[in-house]
Amino acid sequence: MQAYLKLDHIDKTFTRGNATTEVLKDINLTIEKGEYVSIIGHSGCGKSTLLNIVAGLTDTTQGCVLLENREVNSPGPDRAVVFQNHSLLPWLTVYENVRLGVDKVFASTKTRAERDAWVMHNLNLVQMAHAKDKRPSEISGGMKQRVGIARALAMEPKVLLLDEPFGALDALTRAHLQDSVMALHQKLGNTILMITHDVDEAVLLSDRIVMMTNGPSARIGEVLEVPLARPRKRLELATNPGYLKCRQRVLEFLYERHRFVEAA
Amino acid sequence: MSMPAIKAEATAVAIPTASSTSPSTAAPVVTMTPKQAPRAEKYVKMARETAVRVVPPLVVLALLMLFWELVCRRTGSTLPPPSRVFKETKELIFDPFFDRGGIDKGLFWHLSASLQRVAFGYSIAAIVGIGLGTLVGQSVWAMRGLDPLFQVLRTIPPLAWLPLSLAAFRDGQPSAIFVIFITSVWPIIINTAVGIRNIPQDYRNVAAVVQLNPLEFFSKIMIPAAAPYIFTGLRIGIGLSWLAIVAAEMLIGGVGIGFFIWDAWNSSHISEIILALFYVGIIGFVLDRLIAGLAKIVTRGTALN
Repeated sequence: MQAYLKLDHIDKTFTRGNATTEVLKDINLTIEKGEYVSIIGHSGCGKSTLLNIVAGLTDTTQGCVLLENREVNSPGPDRAVVFQNHSLLPWLTVYENVRLGVDKVFASTKTRAERDAWVMHNLNLVQMAHAKDKRPSEISGGMKQRVGIARALAMEPKVLLLDEPFGALDALTRAHLQDSVMALHQKLGNTILMITHDVDEAVLLSDRIVMMTNGPSARIGEVLEVPLARPRKRLELATNPGYLKCRQRVLEFLYERHRFVEAA
Repeated sequence: MSMPAIKAEATAVAIPTASSTSPSTAAPVVTMTPKQAPRAEKYVKMARETAVRVVPPLVVLALLMLFWELVCRRTGSTLPPPSRVFKETKELIFDPFFDRGGIDKGLFWHLSASLQRVAFGYSIAAIVGIGLGTLVGQSVWAMRGLDPLFQVLRTIPPLAWLPLSLAAFRDGQPSAIFVIFITSVWPIIINTAVGIRNIPQDYRNVAAVVQLNPLEFFSKIMIPAAAPYIFTGLRIGIGLSWLAIVAAEMLIGGVGIGFFIWDAWNSSHISEIILALFYVGIIGFVLDRLIAGLAKIVTRGTALN
């Protein structure tokens, strides 16, 4: 197996004053090119920290992240992030938000006209070209997240990082966006690492599901292959035995073996 | 002679009320002719909205004037009633552009001299304030080093700086500008710093992923994200600088509204002082509105969503 993205023995400890908390312990994961991998776990298990480490926004305490056998330890457009709360800059229009990244990444490789066309191409991919001159405050939550995805895609990342991208959306919008992301993955063949806490979402979208144990010192508890053929159809999967079995496995992991004990 | 002047003002007050109420009573008639209805209704609505905002302050103003007139008309009162103020300052009001050399100039020249000083001092304060505020907001060490200093310096009254600046610059003009600067710079620094410190981590993350360089980060993220705070500081600053200029000019002399007031006091022209105060107030108000308007235009997109 050719490792495209490799998380190599990652530990993460936060220190505040005298108190140290070990958040992640010995995380090892290899992801192939074009693979869609989800990380699922209860809240507080450090999955967002893990994504931030891959994005380079947080340093590791031990271990390293290798992308195409090169260590990466600072943020960059090759690992574009779709943030949970969209994080569009409210003073820029939809077009300008996407253009900001495009202008930086393709400053020397594309002409102005090409960059403009590239921005529009990516807005078209997420069906947001019609709103290009609107500001984030003027579009709905689902639309904002579409623009967030377009912004990340437009940087042509080697790995696309999704940080609970649909967490803040209502169920219908979420389903719609999941289908969009699935179609984009099918079409563009991106390598995607997604954080989620939604079992159905993980099974529907992923090739593999990484299940994290509860923190502190969260580890990778189990990795589940999802052997479902693509393209996947939401409605057909609802009764598919393979789908149900995967779903069952994840649920068992989360609710029986690693039940979330709330700190009371 | 004195009473008609007041009456004229009173009728002037009444006119907008009358014109705004008459179309509103005519409104039902207008709606019966559907072709013109939308436009006419729009005007009626606009007139009504204007009236609602304009009439109450005018009524209050008229009542205050009446009260002032009644109180100060008695013989032996120390201050002139509004009618006498108007009579005695008519020349100044209707001819603000005369220039007889020296400091014997129309009010326009005095006010424009003051505004120029404020413009200079305030512009420098805006540039320095936003710069230092950014530094203090961005760097923990700069904050630890500079913030205590700022907290002490900002409590020094503006006029306390004047003798020192006169000693340093040996000239009135730069000293006045310095006093404006030192008065208005603190709120700009402090508000900018708070604005920079409150930039959401999300925006910083976006900038990090896109790999903006520090200069791009400053112009594309920091300034727009902190703009609402910066403009709060700028608004407080312009108010303070207009407060300080009058006091500073009283001491440095020369052309300027502050010295005009002092000069009027020395020659016992109380009416001229009142007129000057009126202008100072109006211009202070306009300056504040100006910055507020600018803020509205610049920060249109930064409301949280």
